[in-house]
Amino acid sequence: MLTYIFKRVLYAIPIALSVTVVSFILVYLAPGDPLNAIAPADAPAEVIQALKSAYGLDRPVPVQYGMWLLRAVQGDLGTSIASGRAVAGEVLSAVGNTLLLAGFAAFAGVLAGCILGALAGYHRGSWIDRAATAVSVIGVSIPHYWLGLVLTIVFSIWLGWFPAMGAGPDGSGAWMWDAAHLRYLVLPALTLSVIPMGIITRTVRALVAEMLEQEFVVALRARGLSGRAVFRHIAKNTAPTVLAVAGLQIGYLMGGSILVETVFAWPGTGYLLNTAIFQRDIPLLQGTLLVLCMFFVVLNLVVDILQPLIDPRMGRG
Amino acid sequence: MPASLVLPVNAVAATPSRSYWAMVWHQLRRDPMALFISAILLLIILSAVFAPWLAPDDAYKGSMLHRLLPMGSEGHLLGTDELGRDMVSRLMYGGRISLLMGVIPVLAAFVIGTAIGLFAGYVGGTVNMAIMRVLDVFYAFPSVLLAVAISGALGPGMSNSLIALSLIFIPQVVRVAESVTTQVRKLDYIEAARMSGAGAFSIIRVHVLGNVLGPVFVYATGLLSVSMILASGLSFLGLGVKPPEPEWGLMLNTLRSAIYTNPWVAALPGALIFITSIAFNLLADSVRSAMDIRR
Repeated sequence: MLTYIFKRVLYAIPIALSVTVVSFILVYLAPGDPLNAIAPADAPAEVIQALKSAYGLDRPVPVQYGMWLLRAVQGDLGTSIASGRAVAGEVLSAVGNTLLLAGFAAFAGVLAGCILGALAGYHRGSWIDRAATAVSVIGVSIPHYWLGLVLTIVFSIWLGWFPAMGAGPDGSGAWMWDAAHLRYLVLPALTLSVIPMGIITRTVRALVAEMLEQEFVVALRARGLSGRAVFRHIAKNTAPTVLAVAGLQIGYLMGGSILVETVFAWPGTGYLLNTAIFQRDIPLLQGTLLVLCMFFVVLNLVVDILQPLIDPRMGRG
Repeated sequence: MPASLVLPVNAVAATPSRSYWAMVWHQLRRDPMALFISAILLLIILSAVFAPWLAPDDAYKGSMLHRLLPMGSEGHLLGTDELGRDMVSRLMYGGRISLLMGVIPVLAAFVIGTAIGLFAGYVGGTVNMAIMRVLDVFYAFPSVLLAVAISGALGPGMSNSLIALSLIFIPQVVRVAESVTTQVRKLDYIEAARMSGAGAFSIIRVHVLGNVLGPVFVYATGLLSVSMILASGLSFLGLGVKPPEPEWGLMLNTLRSAIYTNPWVAALPGALIFITSIAFNLLADSVRSAMDIRR
């Protein structure tokens, strides 16, 4: 088991390194000079030169990468060109908000998906099975940025139940755990939860249906186990796969929340990425991308390590 | 008695032998769901293709006097947008760009991904390892984030978002093509072909490709819906098509300010993205089950 964890952690290191390389290289794909954002077009050559060396832009690319990586490891992601503030601080507060949104959405989506999928798997061919199939197809086919707009129209404009935009009544973007702030979370989280709900419903339905046909389940039933006891066996056997799928979904949601964050003006990483892209704020773009992707790499690692812990068969392989 | 033994054999021999793809086609034609969905998709595609002849109005020319008319207005069946342009015409023209932007990345990934996957799987060994490990890096990024980051870095524009989407689909197709190729490569008949002097290229073309195309085709049809959603999503963010070009995602974005006054019209472009994407998804399901007949 320890060897497995060790191997898996070792495997994550080259992946993490390549992620830093890609995050860094993306910036060199970008057309235009990042200095255009701070220096006026007619700035004298000396000023441009001074700015270049201040940001380290006059060094060769691999050296720039090394310097950037060394600083990033120490938690210094540079200074935002547009706002002049430290990128690390801006990303950190935004990641908190995105994590909150993605966490709630994943929790709601996975819970609903498990219930719906299990019911559908148990009652194949019934109306609930058809409903679950519809939910899973809609969940993966719906453009969630559109769903967000429709939910805003219905629950915010017509019914007036929930606010349409922002993350709190004071508009500061700082989160607090009270009812007033939670009301702002409902619509974006609901919008985002549709994707994992669809995927988990489909996964659980297929797993449960397959499990019910297995010989060991038939044997358990034949020995007179109650429905609840059989269900416990099925739940135990589906848990590892569901965990793996659900864990990745949180990562996808964190990366994919940009569209929903734009619809609801949610002050998370998506909002930050948007700012970075349209103001050509390269350090901010790099930093946000790096933090989000590292999060995804770590999440993959955690899922892979947790899986054999709840499914002993996998650790031995 | 012997007659009844002979009869089934004759019956089998009497039906003309059909190719695998003909059987899949036959199966699909008998699937009512597949027919219904194909009809809807065909309607959307045809109205996009023939938009210049079918559209009731100019898709670019607005009128300040007729801004944000509700649905069912005279001369504007689905109302007008924030610049007073006819929604029916905009949606029809928008379909041209949206459909193309959804389909092109999948086509590109299908061709390029299959080629890389065949190569990697057939060559095998260290080269295969190297190619697959490099592609693993793409899996370290959530796909939406990667698409946004690439097209954000390249700058807004239609061709850049096409590149970004192709780049996120290629590794996925390569994985499918590579795993099938690796399985097939070890089979005896490939070895026999090699022994009889066939070159690598003709072995891949004649013996491997046929096995790989099926799974890759199924996978690619499944990507169409994701591609539609993401392509329009990029335009929605302002990273794809630029105004005044009609595109469903961009229209959804520019109409956002109208959701208080004219919610139904504002939601229309998104509804079309949804219908197209769900149709692609259901069609992919039908194709997948139709192609299962071999087993």
